[in-house]
Amino acid sequence: MLSYLLRRVLYAVPIALAVSVVCFLLVHLAPGDPINAIVSADTPADVVEQVRREYGLDRPLPTQFALWLGRVAQGDFGKSIASGRPVLDELGPAIVNTLRLSLGAAAIGFALGTALGVAAALARGRWPDKSIVALAAASVSVPHYWLGMVLVIVFSVVFNLLPSMGAGGGGSEAWRWDWEHVQYLVLPALTLSIIPMGIVARTVRGVVLDVLGQDFITTLRGKGLRGGRIALHVVKNAAPSVLSIMGLQLGYLMGGSILVETVFSWPGTGFMLNGAIFQRDIPVLQGTILVLALIFVLLNLLVDLMQTTLDPRIKRQ
Amino acid sequence: MTSAPDTPLVHVRDLRVAFESREPGVATVAAVNGVDFDLAPRETLCILGESGSGKSVTLRALMRLNPARTTRMSGTVRVAGQDIASASEAQMTAVRGRSVAMIFQEPMTALDPVFSIGTQIAETVRRHEGIDRAAARRRALQLLELVQVPSAARRLDAYPHELSGGLRQRAMIAMALSCRPRLLLADEPTTALDATVQIQVLLLLRELQREMGMGLIFVTHDLGVASEVADRIAVMYAGRFVEEAGVSDFLRQPMHPYAQGLLGATVHAGSRGRPLVTIAGAPPRLDRLPAGCAFAARCDRVMPACLDAMPALAAAGADRSARCLLVTPPRTALAA
Repeated sequence: MLSYLLRRVLYAVPIALAVSVVCFLLVHLAPGDPINAIVSADTPADVVEQVRREYGLDRPLPTQFALWLGRVAQGDFGKSIASGRPVLDELGPAIVNTLRLSLGAAAIGFALGTALGVAAALARGRWPDKSIVALAAASVSVPHYWLGMVLVIVFSVVFNLLPSMGAGGGGSEAWRWDWEHVQYLVLPALTLSIIPMGIVARTVRGVVLDVLGQDFITTLRGKGLRGGRIALHVVKNAAPSVLSIMGLQLGYLMGGSILVETVFSWPGTGFMLNGAIFQRDIPVLQGTILVLALIFVLLNLLVDLMQTTLDPRIKRQ
Repeated sequence: MTSAPDTPLVHVRDLRVAFESREPGVATVAAVNGVDFDLAPRETLCILGESGSGKSVTLRALMRLNPARTTRMSGTVRVAGQDIASASEAQMTAVRGRSVAMIFQEPMTALDPVFSIGTQIAETVRRHEGIDRAAARRRALQLLELVQVPSAARRLDAYPHELSGGLRQRAMIAMALSCRPRLLLADEPTTALDATVQIQVLLLLRELQREMGMGLIFVTHDLGVASEVADRIAVMYAGRFVEEAGVSDFLRQPMHPYAQGLLGATVHAGSRGRPLVTIAGAPPRLDRLPAGCAFAARCDRVMPACLDAMPALAAAGADRSARCLLVTPPRTALAA
């Protein structure tokens, strides 16, 4: 088991490297010169060149990459072009905020999705099933930002029940899981939870139906087992597939909340990325994308390991 | 549950099972169309028939294991003193696995892949006898030893995919026997196994049945297997018994043309050097059965009367009967 674990971790290293190359290159492949974000348009050419040298932007790309990677490995993501502060100082609180939002959205989406999926499977072919399948299809099709705005209009503007912007006062350190702060989380988390809810509902429905159709369910009934015990067999059989989908969805939530965080001005990585893109703040962009991608790789690794422990058929050798 | 020695263990009269589709426009499938039989304690009945003849459905009806939502079942079914047709679902869960147990055809898919076989045996015992985890595990070990699984203690924690087909089927048998059922139902238990393993499992099953004094209903399409284990044979065709006889009578002289055809199409010692004769045609569709004899379309001795009405099951000698107009009861003069 230990050597298996070690090997899985080692497999993740080349993936992480490839990810870092891609996110380094993507920024340089984008049109526009990052130097324009630092200097004003009427700066003399020799000053521009001097700034370019100071930021290392005149070196060949591979050199820039190697230097960057070397610093990143020591936790130095450089300084933000826009604010002049170390990227890590800005990234830390943003990641924590995004994590809060993702976990909130995951809690809502996974719980609702599982409940709906099970309900649909048990009512297979009848109207509750059909309406849940339709709801799941609709929920993965609705644009995030549109839904976010509708929720803001309904709950903030019309009924004035919930705040529509920010994460509460006092910055990231002042966050507590009390209503004073959580009320800021409700609308963005709800908005973000819709897609994972639909996907989890569809997956759970499919997996539960698949398990219920297996021969061994007849065997379990034939042994005289009652509903609760049979449900335990269904859960244990369905868990590996469902949990792996949930792990991937959590990864998407961590990395894919740019639009929603922007709509709600939630001070997370997505909000930060959006700002960095508009300001051509390359160090922030690279650092954020890299950390999010690494979190995604890590989540995948965890899902893999979890599946191995849950399903005896996956060889551990 | 205490029945007198002469009351049958299984009593089935006019059993009918149909599967209704919930899709509009899809016809109802009449899988079992009036089956009658009795089984004495310790007796073995083999139900012989090809795929789709209704033999597995009949077997499952004895435990009411056919899918509840689509199944329409009627007739009288009494097993070990319990009225199966009218029992509540809660009563059925107390019967299943305790007084009646079933062995399935494909042990790979019939066992839960993510539970160890020890757990799967123990949970049956715990369900019906309410003993604690440790005691149930000890019972599971004894049962694996009973069905002659080598190094049983180690196999207790094995998952189904870690065992060979023969061992999986032995585990399945151990599970079925775990609460000492009075009736064992076996649904082609050896079909998925290699020929050599097949005979080992068959002999084990026969030995255990005698030791434990169980009644056994054994469903198969293999005449060789049937002749190995059966006291009596019932031949099933299109959801009905077309012939029922003691095994030696049946093998010596099958009476129904379909049964004769089955025997003619089977490899046995007497068929050496002769070509095997197959039965032409295919069984009728179960969603539109003919009014007359279901076998008439394939029968080479068909008469006009065969097409009018389904022949009744007629006595054709001591303890045997057949559903064919050609079969007449033996004259009393000859019998005397």
